Amino acid sequence: MKKLINNPDNVLKEQLQGMQAAHGDLINVHFDPAYITRKDPTPKGKVALVSGGGSGHEPMHGGFVGKGMLDAACPGEIFTSPTPDQMYEAAKAVDSGAGVLNIVKNYTGDVMNFEMAADMARGEGIKVQNIIVDDDVAVKDSLYTAGRRGVGTTVLIEKICGGAAEDGYDLKKLSALCKKLNQNGRSMGMALTSCITPGNATPSFEIGDDEIELGIGIHGEPGIKRSKMMEADEIVEFMMDQILNDPAYTRILKEWDFDKDDWVEAEVTDQPFKKGDQVIAFVNSMGGTPVSELYGVYRKVQEICEKQGIKIVRNLVGPYITALEMQGCSITLLKADNESVKYWDAPALTPGIRVKM
Amino acid sequence: MIKKKHILDWLNKSAEVLEEKKSYLTKLDTAIGDADHGNNMNRGFKKVLEQLPTNEKKDIGAILKGVAMSLISTVGGASGPLYGTMFLQAGNSVSGKEELTAEDLKKMLQAGVDGIVMRGKAKIGDKTMIDALEPAVKAYSSAVSAGDELTTALQKAVDAAEKGVEDTIPLIARKGRASYLGERSKGHQDPGATSSYYLLKALRDSVQ
Repeated sequence: MKKLINNPDNVLKEQLQGMQAAHGDLINVHFDPAYITRKDPTPKGKVALVSGGGSGHEPMHGGFVGKGMLDAACPGEIFTSPTPDQMYEAAKAVDSGAGVLNIVKNYTGDVMNFEMAADMARGEGIKVQNIIVDDDVAVKDSLYTAGRRGVGTTVLIEKICGGAAEDGYDLKKLSALCKKLNQNGRSMGMALTSCITPGNATPSFEIGDDEIELGIGIHGEPGIKRSKMMEADEIVEFMMDQILNDPAYTRILKEWDFDKDDWVEAEVTDQPFKKGDQVIAFVNSMGGTPVSELYGVYRKVQEICEKQGIKIVRNLVGPYITALEMQGCSITLLKADNESVKYWDAPALTPGIRVKM
Repeated sequence: MIKKKHILDWLNKSAEVLEEKKSYLTKLDTAIGDADHGNNMNRGFKKVLEQLPTNEKKDIGAILKGVAMSLISTVGGASGPLYGTMFLQAGNSVSGKEELTAEDLKKMLQAGVDGIVMRGKAKIGDKTMIDALEPAVKAYSSAVSAGDELTTALQKAVDAAEKGVEDTIPLIARKGRASYLGERSKGHQDPGATSSYYLLKALRDSVQ
C-alpha cells in the first residue's frame, strides 16, 4: 500500500500544520494538546459548539470549524478518540459564557473521553452538555453492543446546530435541537475495500476482491453482512431498505442534568420514516469512491424516496465523513422540518462546507 | 513489602513489555477492533516514562495518579479513560504511602478494577479487560487472606489473568467496538484483556 505521507508518527501533526497553512483565514490550529478553533472568538452570548473524534475522517470535524458550524474540533490520532485534555482546553478556549455543547459520536472511546472532559470543564465553571449521535441502523441491538454508532447524521447536525447557535439558541434549546436531529437521522454505510492506518502494514479488516461489507462503520467495523459484489442499484436498494424499514429504536442515552447536577440516563426511542416525510438526503464517500459514483448512488436514492412518498428537500453529495482511502459510501436520511431546513440553509464559512454568507 | 522502587520498576517493565508486544496487541485489535491498541498503549507508556522523573520523588499514590494523567492525555480511544481511571483510583487508594503491604496492594488493585467498571460498565464475560483483571484481583485477595507470601499471591493473580485472557477467546463481545461483530467476535482473544495481563505480569516481575 502506498501512502502520500512522511514518517507515520508525524502524520497528524503535519496534516494539522497543513490545515493551518491552507485555512489560516478561517481557523487556528493549536498543538499540545491539539485542537482547532475558529479564527474569530466565539461571539459573546453564543453557545460554543465543539466536536471531535479520531482523525482519518476528514473533512469531519476540523474542516467544519468556522462561522455557522463548529467553534472547535478536537482531532485524535488516526481512528482513535481524542483525549480529555484536548476537549477541556478547547472548551476553555471557545466558551463565551453561554456554555459548550459537545457533539459526540457514539463510540465507546469518544463517549468516555468527552465525559471526562465535560467533568473537568465543569470544574472550571463552564456549562457543558454532551449530546450523543447514534444513527447507524446497521447496529440493531443496543442491549448487547455499544449501540448504534454515530456516523453521517453528525455532519448534518453540525451544520444545522451551528446555524441555530449563530441565531442565538441557548444551551438548553440547542441541546434539544441536537437530540431531535439525532432521533430524526438514520444512516448506513458500505465498503468495497478496506483501509490502512498510517504505520500499520496490514488493512484494518480483510475483504476479498469480489466481496463487499454492508453496514460498515467509519473505521471499518463490520456491519450486517459480508456479501458478493453487486451492482450499485442493488446495493442502494439494500441500504435504503435498512434505513427506511428499520423499526423504532430504543436505547439509553446519557446526558448532564443541570438541575440534579449529575449525569442522568434517559430512554430514547426514534421512529421510522413514513410516507409524506420530508428529508435531507446525504450521500457520502468513504474516501476512495469518486464523486461520480456517488451521483450514481444519489440517483437511485432519489428514485426510492419518490416511490416511498418521501420528499428530498435538501441534499449533500460528496466526501464529508470518510475512512481514509476506503472505497464505499454511506447514505443518511434526516427527517426535516422548518427549523432544520432554515438552519441547513443558514450561512456557513468553514474549510469543508460553505453556504453563501 | 512493596517499595517505591518496585513501583517505578513496574512502570518501566510495563513500558518495556508494551513496546515489545505493540504489533501483537495491534494484530489482536485488528481482528475485532480498530487496529490501534498496541500503538496506543505503547504511546501512553512512553509518555508515562517521560513524565516519571517529575513524580518519582513523591509518594506511591501520587506517582500512580501521575501515570493516570499521562495515560488519559495520550492513549485516547477507550483504553485511555479506562486505564487512566484504573491508575487514578488505584493511586487514590494508596495516597501518601511510601510503601505497600500485601493488604495495601489488595486495596489498590481492587480500587483500580472498580474504577474501570465505573467508567466502562463492563461485566465479567463481556470480553474486555475485566475478564483478566477481575479474576486476577480475586485470586490475589484470597491468596493474601489465606496467608500466602506476596510473591505467591501475585503469581496466582497472573495465572488467573492468563486464564482470563484465554477465556475471552470463545466469548461474544458485549462492549466497545468489538461488540459490533456479534457472533463474529468469537474465536478471537481480547486485546484489552491481554494488555491487562501484561501489566500484571510486569508487576509480578518487579516485586520478585
